[in-house]
Amino acid sequence: MSQDNGINKPNPDQDVNAHNLPGHRGDQGEVVGVRRGMFGANSGADTSGYGGLVRTVRLPGGTTRPYGPAPSGAEPGAPREPGVFDEIADELEGALEEQGLLPAEVIQKTVVDRRELTFHIERAYLLQVARTLRDDPALRFEMCTGVSGVHFPEDEGRELHAVYHLRSLTHNRLIRLEVTAPDADPHVPSLVEVYPTNDWHERETYDFFGLVFDGHPALTRIIMPDDWQGFPQRKDYPLGGIPVEYKGAQIPAPDQRRSYS
Amino acid sequence: MSPEANHSSHTAEEAHAAHATAGTRETTEGTVYDVTGGDWDEIAAAAAKSDDERIIVNMGPQHPSTHGVLRLILEIDGETVTEARCGIGYLHTGIEKNLEYRTWTQGTTFVTRMDYVMPLFNEAAYCLAVEKLLGIEDQIPDRATVIRVMLMELNRISSHLVYLATGGMELGATTVAIAGFRDREMILDLFELITGLRMNHAFIRPGGLSQDLPPGGMDALREFQKKMRKNLPEYDKLATGNPVYKARLQGIGYLDLSGCMALGLTGPILRSAGLPFDLRKAQPYCGYDTYDFDVPTVDTCDSYGRFLLRIEEMRESLRIIDQCLERLDQLKPGSVMVEDKKIAWPAQLALGPDGLGNSLDHIKNIMGTSMEALIHHFKLVTEGFRVPPGQAYAAVESPKGELGVHAVSDGGTRPYRVHFRDPSFTNLQSMSAMCEGGQVADVIVAVASIDPVMGGVDR
Repeated sequence: MSQDNGINKPNPDQDVNAHNLPGHRGDQGEVVGVRRGMFGANSGADTSGYGGLVRTVRLPGGTTRPYGPAPSGAEPGAPREPGVFDEIADELEGALEEQGLLPAEVIQKTVVDRRELTFHIERAYLLQVARTLRDDPALRFEMCTGVSGVHFPEDEGRELHAVYHLRSLTHNRLIRLEVTAPDADPHVPSLVEVYPTNDWHERETYDFFGLVFDGHPALTRIIMPDDWQGFPQRKDYPLGGIPVEYKGAQIPAPDQRRSYS
Repeated sequence: MSPEANHSSHTAEEAHAAHATAGTRETTEGTVYDVTGGDWDEIAAAAAKSDDERIIVNMGPQHPSTHGVLRLILEIDGETVTEARCGIGYLHTGIEKNLEYRTWTQGTTFVTRMDYVMPLFNEAAYCLAVEKLLGIEDQIPDRATVIRVMLMELNRISSHLVYLATGGMELGATTVAIAGFRDREMILDLFELITGLRMNHAFIRPGGLSQDLPPGGMDALREFQKKMRKNLPEYDKLATGNPVYKARLQGIGYLDLSGCMALGLTGPILRSAGLPFDLRKAQPYCGYDTYDFDVPTVDTCDSYGRFLLRIEEMRESLRIIDQCLERLDQLKPGSVMVEDKKIAWPAQLALGPDGLGNSLDHIKNIMGTSMEALIHHFKLVTEGFRVPPGQAYAAVESPKGELGVHAVSDGGTRPYRVHFRDPSFTNLQSMSAMCEGGQVADVIVAVASIDPVMGGVDR
């Protein structure tokens, strides 16, 4: 076959640096979980032959300068030139220093992945960082597009993530803030004071993940009924559903079907 | 009614006076709180006792003019709304959770059902996020991108037409309502021709489109452009200069720029406050920077301004569609899916003579000549493709504002988490700010100018 159809690229089993190997980061990146086996055969009665599969889930880890971004279309590992992201990081770190904070203490890590800039913020400083980002003339992230929760049950001590996307209309930029909280202490400061738009968004995230936003004016469920038990978007909350009969066969509920891990 | 019961209702009278709809009674099981609602005369009596005409009214969730199942909780004093709150969640269908149990490609079938008035924007935003995660943004064929833009602009017109029609209906302007739905029907017919369905298309897929334009599609599109150009001025004649329309809309639902910014409003509401912010210009996607169009603004900050803006935006959309048609003429018919066969569903996908499934030729090919092709087809459809771990945010300028998708992958064949930042959800927060202090009748106008669709709000 002469056509480049992806099949003839380096064999991922032999070439660990093959680019077509999904999400391959070698030993780099941050481990948030391990997937074992396939088709849900975790009970010990594995007849699938896939029980020995082990796949470590690595999210992009901290990035070293320069942050770039790399030009569109560049190879993932290609070296970056200093760019807008460095400017934003410099301004933020400078502004934090002016307020007597140590940037290294506030910003756990800075990640550049897929031409997007993410600051992982220590949760205690979230409100101050957000206010700085909004008010500093060189930053001016006036608009927050709300908060999205993510649950990583295997990422011990940082199971719950809250992800914010901030948009600067003045400078036409977009950045992401990420904070984490452990399942045992699911508290994150509320940003309603800085971005009133987050009122409903934080209620939604509380509703679905049980993340408690301290300082929110009225943190109640918003989508689910008021007396609902549990937080539906958490990974340990089942999807539910009922099996359906189709042409004489039982089709199991979606969360009971075979799945590829 | 037995004498005892009569007696007990007499003792409960004071409780009723305090709160007409609630009561308590002692039973052997403990205190029972009764919140089933009182009789109207009890409510009226309680209202008459208090000096003012303060009353709390539930508008919805089944009120015909609240755009689906939106519940407005209004505290009114006479005809004035003193406090207004939204109750939402009546249309929650757990789409974000469901996505986590299907493959990335199957996800389009779910997301298209969120805001059902702008299905193609949901699909496009979702696919842009998945493509960003896969790192294949630059590999999408031009033809697919141009058709995406064209479908989105058609959808923008149909969404704005629903706004015009329902907004007109709520004011009693039935002619506008009928004209709006008449023109929307033309677009739905086009969608049916192109995608096979009037709504819930699942036409835009990660990597491109499910198929190319059908034979006769271009002619139908040109025909539509002609008709719509003729019909669009009708709305100006019917409504724009209409004194009743003006009297009902002008100065209603007022929200200035600082209010919009604080509440994170986007789309026509933000542009009605004078800020020409449009993601198509600010952060171009799908090659919008290569199209020639304007972002209209007004500075009235009110419902009338938003009405004018939406009409103007439809005009701009027609301009963009014209340019898309020109480009499609020049682009030769070709693939509308990425080349990478690890992502693209079998490219030979076509309708068989029975109108369903794959073409016989393709089936004959994979069943008879290539075992590998059969296996590959089966694996790709049942298992799906793997997406490298990480997260991505993609946003498009939907008819209602910024529609953002935050997609997280753990490297599996199914999304780990997808969150939609729906513009209706965010914009609906401004209802209190727009309605409090106004008249009850103006609540309808203000909510209509927000143009919320509950499918998107509740997801």
